[in-house]
Amino acid sequence: MTIQAINHARYIRRRVVSAFMTVLCSVAAVIGLIFLGLILWTLVEKGAAGLSPNLFTHSMKTPGQGGGLGNAIVGSLIQVGMGTLLGAPLGMAVGVYLAEVGREGRFASVVRFVNDILLSAPSVLVGLFVYQIVVVPMGGFSAIAGSIALALLAMPVIARTTEDIMKLVPEAYREGSKALGARDSTTVLKVTLPAAFGGILTGVLLAVARISGETAPLIFTSLGSFNWSENLTSAMASLPIAIYRYASSPYEEWVDLAWSGALIITLGVLVLNIASRISHFLVSGRQ
Amino acid sequence: MFHFRNKTLMASARALAAAVAISAVGVVSAAAGEITGAGATFPAPIYTKWAEQYAATGGDSLNYQAIGSGAGVTQIINRTVDFGASDTAVAPERLASQNLLQFPAVIGGVVIAVNIPGVDGNALKLTGPIIADIYLGRVRMWNDRRITAINPGVSLPALAIAPAYRADSSGTTNIFTSYIASISLPFQSQVGAGNSVAWRAGIGAPGNAGVAGAIRNTRGGFGYVEYAYATENRMQTPMIQNRSGQFVRPSTAAFSAAAAQANWANAPNLAVSMNNTVGATNWPIVGPTYIMIPKNPADGDRAAAVLKFFDWAFRNGSPAADQLHYVMLPESVRTQVRARWAQVKSGGRPVYTPAR
Amino acid sequence: MTTAPLEGSRRFHLGENLFRAVLFVAAVVVLVTMGAILIILFESGHVAFQKFGVAFIWLNQWDPVRDLYGAAPAIVGTLATSFLALVLAWPIGFGIAYVLTEICPRPLRGPVGVAVELLAAVPSIVYGMWGFFVLAPVMSTTVQPWLTEKLAFLPPVGEFYWFSGAPVGVGLFTASVVLAIMILPFIAAASRDVLQTTPQLLKEGGYAMGATRWEVLTGVVIPAVRGSLFGAVFLGLGRALGETMAVTFVIGNANRLPDSFYAPTASIASIVANEFPDADQGSLKLASLFALGFILFVVSFFVLALARLLLRQGRMA
Repeated sequence: MTIQAINHARYIRRRVVSAFMTVLCSVAAVIGLIFLGLILWTLVEKGAAGLSPNLFTHSMKTPGQGGGLGNAIVGSLIQVGMGTLLGAPLGMAVGVYLAEVGREGRFASVVRFVNDILLSAPSVLVGLFVYQIVVVPMGGFSAIAGSIALALLAMPVIARTTEDIMKLVPEAYREGSKALGARDSTTVLKVTLPAAFGGILTGVLLAVARISGETAPLIFTSLGSFNWSENLTSAMASLPIAIYRYASSPYEEWVDLAWSGALIITLGVLVLNIASRISHFLVSGRQ
Repeated sequence: MFHFRNKTLMASARALAAAVAISAVGVVSAAAGEITGAGATFPAPIYTKWAEQYAATGGDSLNYQAIGSGAGVTQIINRTVDFGASDTAVAPERLASQNLLQFPAVIGGVVIAVNIPGVDGNALKLTGPIIADIYLGRVRMWNDRRITAINPGVSLPALAIAPAYRADSSGTTNIFTSYIASISLPFQSQVGAGNSVAWRAGIGAPGNAGVAGAIRNTRGGFGYVEYAYATENRMQTPMIQNRSGQFVRPSTAAFSAAAAQANWANAPNLAVSMNNTVGATNWPIVGPTYIMIPKNPADGDRAAAVLKFFDWAFRNGSPAADQLHYVMLPESVRTQVRARWAQVKSGGRPVYTPAR
Repeated sequence: MTTAPLEGSRRFHLGENLFRAVLFVAAVVVLVTMGAILIILFESGHVAFQKFGVAFIWLNQWDPVRDLYGAAPAIVGTLATSFLALVLAWPIGFGIAYVLTEICPRPLRGPVGVAVELLAAVPSIVYGMWGFFVLAPVMSTTVQPWLTEKLAFLPPVGEFYWFSGAPVGVGLFTASVVLAIMILPFIAAASRDVLQTTPQLLKEGGYAMGATRWEVLTGVVIPAVRGSLFGAVFLGLGRALGETMAVTFVIGNANRLPDSFYAPTASIASIVANEFPDADQGSLKLASLFALGFILFVVSFFVLALARLLLRQGRMA
């Protein structure tokens, strides 16, 4: 009887502690989500008003001239596009190497480890690096330098996802291909790579999302501009830098444009992420 | 201390990058109908305005990036832009060694802007030593006795002063710190004057625009900005006591009065000081801003386009300057500048000869 | 690991060798990139180490007028904001992860989890803007004065006065809060992934013995994945250390050691972003900025390496 009573008291206490901690965790979660929701709400509240056709068709101008962000959006598309074209094949090759050739070997392990570090290395340092090896020798800021910096940031993301996805391809595919006498290159190019294609696309989309919001490396490489420019060897505008310059300005009109730009870039990044999820879902659903 | 320095690897990395770069240039060698300039944020509003008006008359388009005076000098030395802009005159030896021509382009004033809730900042009076002590962290509150003593009738709140300064290297900072260093010995010895200094108090913000933004967004905000940034944003700008003991309001007339005192005749490279001049109506913090252009431009046409732009501005830029509260160079100085442009040569010939 | 690596030494075949060569070169590019970044940063910054010696790391000076530089303010600012951000973000991030794996109704787990992951993708400049325009005014008028009043009893430690000073709104504390919000989704997502790796069987065993939810967490789940949880935290730390835009907006950009949580200060990334554009080629200032970059790279390298090792250890266990 007494033992039961003690046990009961302990049981109640344990239940209370557990419930209390559960509530605490839930409160923490709610606080966190509220903060994050607040940021998105601010973006919509302050940015939506400025969304107009002019925003996309006009270039950046001095305040009072009805400027937009058209040149910055185009500049971002060009640089992110070139960065992806440079970084994606490289990253995919690294991923294929790690998954199909190097595997658990010592060299591959080192490459994998270094790639994982590059994945989260400070992007500002990549900007400094590209300044020294591209901007200074070329003698000027350029969209090319910006694209190279973005490519270096995209590469590890794509390498990582490519490897992860290739590893999910069933071993039986490789064995079947080999049994038919296919060379390794044929096995990879005709069997495993196509099987993993959807997943790799996911990785590429994620990388595009990541680099399209990068600001710091572009400060040292493509500098920014107020004008329309498709010249790859000169400074080029980009959305993140336009937001940075506008947001730290005292002009209300520019600050409003910065919010609109922030909303555009965030929506773009979110759409890319969701697209990558859908492509991932479709692929994994098929398998 | 480790001493590994792999020069060979570094050199080959650079060579590789250069090779990539050169082949890329070969692919896209279309001549740009755009001239690029970078540097001082101080004259950015007037350069951008001129650029718009110039383009409207059919002139070349100009991409001016307000990245700070220090950056402007670096970029023109690296030849990454067609011209550099700086509010600080570069030393003659450095200009010579980098083969650069420097000329003044326009004159502007630096003002103090404040944000004190419930107080009309335009009616506030300040002196050079008080400004210096705010930046030294010695005057911390708006109701400090030294401020209230010269502002009878203004009820200043017990609010902390939040001084703001330029986080980037800036000619505006140079003009401003030269002024307070000349007025305050403690500031001179502890901080000194320069494009970028070791501030004792306050927060740093990028660009004239960033400082203006920081003042506007901070209760108790206080800082120095180029006048156009203050007027465009309807910021409150206190009066400052000048060398003749008068409290003066910032205005184009007060800047002109100071500019008129400049001794252009004895200035190497037309670099003059207009700070703390004598005269009852003179604003104490005024300075010219300079343009730097290579004497041996890689592309003579682009250099010519730059000079053509400034020639146009010297002739037609006055309305925009008045509107934005800048002061045009005296006509005689403009003539001298035009004469100096003959030093910019390509193939042994001046790239641009202004019409008479 | 059912088949041997694809290293069949069949007949020489040009296409096959080319294929392997291309992949190998790509892998080498990863290593070269890492090495080149390290070498270029050091090579460009070593003049500062030559001039000031190793003392550059702890010299408390940044005076461009006298051409004297030291890394102490930037290093302290970087570490202080990052650690404070972790202290603020970790409990909340872990809470989110726990709720997502154990408490949240199943139909909600997916969407909320995706929402957290999406927030991790929001560009950092957006967090910076939000911090400067929305958070800083609230900090200045409400949070900072309140904290000053409530925490006035804290005795100063040396020259550090805790929550005192002018409530300007930007500075060390605000930068830490913004960083915390920014790394929150990373920590939450990474911690959730780690918690999910705990075998269901282990947890069920715990419940079967009559353990409560909290006891299963602290007695079964956490011991099983402790290393990986630390890995997730270090990953967040690595992210915070090198963050540039979110910090530059709100840290106050003062190259001085902070004397309170409200004081403006600087981080390595913010100094580099602010001062790099105007440092002349060949100047000591430029060298000092690269030296700062080198230090940041080394610190990040160790933090991220530790994170990866801890996470990988967890994956193998």
